[in-house]
Amino acid sequence: MTSIVKALAFAGALAVTSALTPAAFAAKTDINVGLPLEPPNLDPTSGAAGAIDSVTYSNIFEGLTRFGPDGGINPGLAQSWTISDDGLVYTFKLHEGVKFSDGTDMNADDVKFSLDRIGAEGSTNAQKALYADIASVEVVDPLTVKVTLTKPNGNILFNLAWGDAVIVAPESADNNATNPVGTGAFVLKTWAKGDQIELARNENYWGEPAKLDKVVFKVIADPNAAFAAVMAGDVDSYMAFPAPENLPQFDADPRFRVVAGSTEGETILSTNNKMPPFDNIKVREALAHAIDRKAIIDGAMFGYGTPIGTHFAPHHPSYVDLTAQSNFDPEKAKALLAEAGFPDGFKTTLKLPPPSYARRGGEIIASQLRNVGIETEISNLEWAQWLEQVFKGKDFGLTIVSHTEPLDIGIYARPDYYFQYDSAEFQKIMEDLNNATDPQERNRLLQVAQKKIADDYVNGYLFQLANTGVVNAKLMGVWENAPTQAADMTGVYWAD
Amino acid sequence: MLPFLIKRLVSLCLSLVAASLVIFFVIEVVPGDPASFMLGMNAEPDTVAALRDSLGLNASIPLRYWQWVSGLLQGEFGTSYTYKVPVRELIADRIWVSLPLAALALLLSTLIAFPVGVIAAARRNSPADVSIMGVTQLGIAVPNFWFAMLLVMFFAITLRWFSAGGFPGWDAGLFAGLKALTLPAVALALPQASILARVMRSSLLDTLGEDFVRTARAKGLSQRQALWRHALRNALIPVLTIIGLQFSFLLAGAIIIENVFFLPGLGRLVFQGITQRDLIVVKSVIFLLVFAVILVTFIVDMTYAIVDPRLRRARA
Repeated sequence: MTSIVKALAFAGALAVTSALTPAAFAAKTDINVGLPLEPPNLDPTSGAAGAIDSVTYSNIFEGLTRFGPDGGINPGLAQSWTISDDGLVYTFKLHEGVKFSDGTDMNADDVKFSLDRIGAEGSTNAQKALYADIASVEVVDPLTVKVTLTKPNGNILFNLAWGDAVIVAPESADNNATNPVGTGAFVLKTWAKGDQIELARNENYWGEPAKLDKVVFKVIADPNAAFAAVMAGDVDSYMAFPAPENLPQFDADPRFRVVAGSTEGETILSTNNKMPPFDNIKVREALAHAIDRKAIIDGAMFGYGTPIGTHFAPHHPSYVDLTAQSNFDPEKAKALLAEAGFPDGFKTTLKLPPPSYARRGGEIIASQLRNVGIETEISNLEWAQWLEQVFKGKDFGLTIVSHTEPLDIGIYARPDYYFQYDSAEFQKIMEDLNNATDPQERNRLLQVAQKKIADDYVNGYLFQLANTGVVNAKLMGVWENAPTQAADMTGVYWAD
Repeated sequence: MLPFLIKRLVSLCLSLVAASLVIFFVIEVVPGDPASFMLGMNAEPDTVAALRDSLGLNASIPLRYWQWVSGLLQGEFGTSYTYKVPVRELIADRIWVSLPLAALALLLSTLIAFPVGVIAAARRNSPADVSIMGVTQLGIAVPNFWFAMLLVMFFAITLRWFSAGGFPGWDAGLFAGLKALTLPAVALALPQASILARVMRSSLLDTLGEDFVRTARAKGLSQRQALWRHALRNALIPVLTIIGLQFSFLLAGAIIIENVFFLPGLGRLVFQGITQRDLIVVKSVIFLLVFAVILVTFIVDMTYAIVDPRLRRARA
């Protein structure tokens, strides 16, 4: 027993001395990044989990086009492209000398393979619908690819920037889930499942090499643990920080910088448009006026978030501010309910998925609705249950969810989508939008579309989710906005 | 001894069969389809169908139960839906965190509890006994996750002696691994040590009042000699029971501590598996944990027989 005691004492002494050794002060070239959720696998083309993109987007895999930090569309593996006058043929010119991390060349054949694979039979691509308009992909020469569409689709360059359309190689595609082989500036080094994923700089990268030589993604789900990890310096950057209530404390600490950028997440009080009484537009209008967005943003999100009046991101150039149309006015809400035949209100269900915007926001909304006479029965669901009951089963009155896909107003044109909004007029607007390639016309149509769903009070539009996080004050080049769920490390570096 | 062993082995096997049935069917009825969960909100129905097919979810329930159990018998747990690697590998990675953590915590707990319990019993109603009782009462009352947070705040944030959590892997060296497990093990061990010390004390007090101890004293042994030579061994049975239960608890129940210290252990694997509907992982890990608990109980039963010869004879 004494030898154990000695060993413990020795271990303790070592712990003390190693902790007191000063850290190296040379410019750091590695970074630890906190992640709230672990990616289930590392193949962005077969699964919807945003965490896959957090790790791989632009770091390991690249597409023909890519999102810039501002949400704009930049060239990726395609250095340039031309669009035919009828908007049907896109000809992409690829970069020269691009290699996959296994050493093979990336050329037009790989592009054809990757795009054909999305729509192939048995494909498990979660965003297949985005690429349904691609009729054929043709290899013109090793560096030129011609993509022909069945009908004009003004969004195709945008859609090609998604992680779901990254370019993969036929010989490695099937193993990308565990052994990703891409063209990006980093390569996977190790993955200790449940703990951390380590990327190393790709020394043979075709473009400008990354400044960091090592990136470690650490999975820290628990809000308290995340707080401790940042405070202890275990992670240098943690975007989508799970405890917004801690952000002011970080803000006051000179070691850290708090970031509050934009995301593509429209957080809405989704309403089952086919279920009585929500099939009555007066009831939906009453809902809209019963909601106090500011109280929800302050109470549930600690002030982070931008109010929205329609299903559209406020930072998008085509955004129209329609919040005034559904201003907080409980008296008007009560009057509308009376007009609709519910002077004493009614009862409905409010089903909440796990994120804190829904759980915390749900409590606040429930009390706001109670003030105008609407009683809600709250049930908290896990994601899998939510998908089954609400999304697939359409068994809900109200729910709160953030729609994080970029530029996704098109979901309102799908009558069988879970909130079941069926408007021929809106579907026509979307059809016109898809056929339009002229930027001005597209802008006009996007605004018409926003107004239409606001006029129909399809859902309660709450706020645009903020991309809140904390980074080390000396860390430069971290994306503040989240045009897609990415932690693009290619431009990140340490000051001095 | 042999009939006793056989009887125990049969009951072990029956428990395992019952456990496998319960686990499989409980998890079958959990709502939520793994394939729709993985593909998210924008997936087309035919994509979901294709994925269900490739995950083997379309086969009949008895067939799937048979496939799972026959796999288990061969040491094959199947392939994780989400990670797409064999479940065996996932478990193998995690068990080298959970097992050492549980062992370390149990070691700490025993090292603290034994002397403390013996001292308290030997000096009953002395100030030492009273303060030990007070402190252990507090140790039981304090939730271990809260104690864990205090440890993190003090040792990781203020003193910066330890990381706030995470596990570097045993590849990083024995010392780095042990260092990462130190705070979690302490957090786990404190309440266990408190319980164990109290059990040790009361069990020892009971035995000290037995006739054979009085006889030993009458033979001329001092109080201390009687305690060490005669009472201690007889007081061990309830203590062993508690240690067995504690090991099972520490192995399976460390999930909250694993979350606080973001350790990649078995508990978090199950937790992740449940939220991601990676049901094959959940089934297999839970079965493994049940197996461990049953095995530990079996071992504890065997130890009783060694400590107390009467048990051997009574059942033989």
